[in-house]
Amino acid sequence: MARNLRTRAAIVLIVLIASVWALYPPKKTINLGLDLQGGIHLVLGVETDKHVASQTDRAAEDFKAALDRRGIGVRRIAREGLQSFGVELASPQAWNDAQSVAAEFQTFERGGQDQAAGRFTMTMRDREASRLADDAVRQGLETIRNRVDQFGVAEPTITRQGTDRILIQLPGLQDPERAKALIGRTALLEFKLVDENADAQAAVQGKVPEGDELVYQRRVDKQTKEERRVPYVVQKRALLTGGELTRADVGADPNSPGNWQVAIEFTPNGTRVFGEITEQNVGRHLAIVLDGNLYSAPRINERIPGGRAVITGQFTVDDARDLAIVLRAGALPAPVKILEERTVGPSLGADSIRQGMIAIAGSAAMVFLFMVFYYRLSGLIADIALILNLLILLACMAGFGATLTLPGIAGIALTIGMAVDTNILIFERIREELRVGKTPRSAIDAGFNRALRTIIDTHLTVMVTALILYNFGTGPVKGFAVSLFVGLAASLFTAYFFTRLLFDVVYMGRRKVATVSI
Amino acid sequence: MIEIFHNPSYNFIGRRKWAYLLSALMVLVGLISLATQGLQYDIDFTGGTLVQVRFEQSPTVSAIRAGLSRINLGDAIIQQFGDPHEYIVRIPLTHGAAAEELGKRVEAALGQEQALGKFEVRRVEFVGPQVGKELQLQAIYAVLVSLAGILLYIALRFDLKGGVAAVTAVFHDVIVCLGMLSLFHREFSLPVLAALLTIIGFSVNDTIVAYDRLRENRGKQAQKGISFADQMNVAVNQTLSRTILTSLTVFFSAAILLFFGGRTLQDFALVLFVGVITGTYSTVYVAGALVVDWTQYVEGRLRARKKGMVKAGEPRKIT
Repeated sequence: MARNLRTRAAIVLIVLIASVWALYPPKKTINLGLDLQGGIHLVLGVETDKHVASQTDRAAEDFKAALDRRGIGVRRIAREGLQSFGVELASPQAWNDAQSVAAEFQTFERGGQDQAAGRFTMTMRDREASRLADDAVRQGLETIRNRVDQFGVAEPTITRQGTDRILIQLPGLQDPERAKALIGRTALLEFKLVDENADAQAAVQGKVPEGDELVYQRRVDKQTKEERRVPYVVQKRALLTGGELTRADVGADPNSPGNWQVAIEFTPNGTRVFGEITEQNVGRHLAIVLDGNLYSAPRINERIPGGRAVITGQFTVDDARDLAIVLRAGALPAPVKILEERTVGPSLGADSIRQGMIAIAGSAAMVFLFMVFYYRLSGLIADIALILNLLILLACMAGFGATLTLPGIAGIALTIGMAVDTNILIFERIREELRVGKTPRSAIDAGFNRALRTIIDTHLTVMVTALILYNFGTGPVKGFAVSLFVGLAASLFTAYFFTRLLFDVVYMGRRKVATVSI
Repeated sequence: MIEIFHNPSYNFIGRRKWAYLLSALMVLVGLISLATQGLQYDIDFTGGTLVQVRFEQSPTVSAIRAGLSRINLGDAIIQQFGDPHEYIVRIPLTHGAAAEELGKRVEAALGQEQALGKFEVRRVEFVGPQVGKELQLQAIYAVLVSLAGILLYIALRFDLKGGVAAVTAVFHDVIVCLGMLSLFHREFSLPVLAALLTIIGFSVNDTIVAYDRLRENRGKQAQKGISFADQMNVAVNQTLSRTILTSLTVFFSAAILLFFGGRTLQDFALVLFVGVITGTYSTVYVAGALVVDWTQYVEGRLRARKKGMVKAGEPRKIT
């Protein structure tokens, strides 16, 4: 018995030391949730469909180029739906040649063949489409992580959620709107030639020449602050994209005082392409299009060999800085949509912490006093067990890196009320055994042994609901489930190990015990 | 030794008809309120935008509304939140495309309203339609799965009758809590759901303690001549002080949360507060009493069918 006692005392001691060690220093070890420290919680949905569609567009362009190389005439080639494009040959005679070209596009399946009319469709295989969708999310995540890193947020959390969602948590943020704009921007930079022959006014009416598209430039009048949208007709095909960038730096705009610009530098390959474009199109206008908006369309005066360009557009210094960040981090492969957003200011978080602490302290004080009042010395033992319980609970949360949220604090306050249940069950049982006339020691023994099964049953059921909550819940509710679950597990341990140990020390020693203070 | 009850021997089970009446009444009131007024769902479930603003002065609702009408949001729901300086503005999803930017626009509009004075936007939440719908489904799923889990656990540990009765009791508590929310126009939010699930776990706790005791007693002696109703009554009485004490401590915790935990936790605490009371009550009067009536019914059928085969008072296998 004595050796057994020593072993158990050692186990309790180890748990105690480990808990204190895990918790020290508390400010660093306990993760506060966004609802407590303030910050922004964003769930973005990646529009993977658009990525699949744009890749299909690209394949259609490549297909047309491949047909051109073999001298096969095409009457029409256009995307149909998300992942297929239809081809109509200029003459059915070229059918066999066209089919051999189609066979080279292995990620596509041929269908809807009508040899007499020279028509068929190419459909992207589903496996390829889902691979592309997955890529879009993974690359998007990487890009957003880059942007956030460059923006400079301490300890951001950026993870994938489900198949097509990205969860972003930025604690302690000053300007959530700016961060949101930075994260959510697609930032697709494209260089496109302006179609000099097209009539912009006619295009606004809906008459856009084939192969062209209509884009707008925003112009804000300095005096009146009025915003004008100037239409341009540009070629659909991008000659160069932001993917070929190596640098993007902010600088003052020399031509427009008070405005800022972003100077960009291309990769060697980009430099070569840019040189060719400018050489071949001297005299024409090159449109710089970002996310479908035209920023400027300067005239090409001569070949530009150095691979440098500037983007101007009445930027403030913050605008220019954010634009430089997104250009450096790269474009999102597919646009994202905000599905959920929760922003909490730091003052509200501080209030919540204060109120939560009051709730915990109040709840603990009530329960502590009640237990001592009702069960005397045994109640005191239960209270000490309860303190150990809280310590273990906090230590586990620190150890597992769990996050403490406001509902989590509520869970702790509630755990205090529930954890004494174990002790109450045992004590009531001991009282019963005493009433039937058992000696103190055998009553204590019987009380602990008989209550055990019930205790395990009751704890398991609540732990099952806590598990369900955890699987179901989002941030704050998850925090509640964690503290409930860990609190219950700790209560099982303390009641059975620690309370028992104290009882054994007090009542099971050598001296004769006449009464139990219970 | 301080005792709330000294060797209690209340005839709980004998008076169960009255309890059935009371339960039926509470559930009926709850259901009627749910059917007519419905539940007010938080934006977690409906989707929409919520903006929490703290003013330096204490403004009137109409001044806030005047500010919001500048951006055509005059029909937003404006509620005082906690103290008179703090308000919450809720804007449903129908307000169009740029819903996620509403926070900024609300701030600008309120800033233009002179009468409001200085203020601080403390919280902005936006939940898109997709997420709201998913959370709705998941909430129902979470409640059903935990009920099923409890049914299964008790059916395995004890018996099917006990499982069904326990789940009925828990279901009763859920309806009462939801009815209360509906009656007092409280919001059904994610934290409230968490409270509801906690109550489910808590309520079944008491039931298990009572069943455990019943089984233990039955294992001890053959309990000849004692009707099942009396056995249940004894078990309930024996565990009564524990049930009341535990409920009391949890009740303390919930009460502290309700009165000192701040407005954000108030609805959550309210559900716990009510749930603890009905959970304790339903342990005795729904879970306990139902098993008694069910067993008596089954035994009555059995006796009628196989007259003479089963002698009265013979140990029956029920739990």
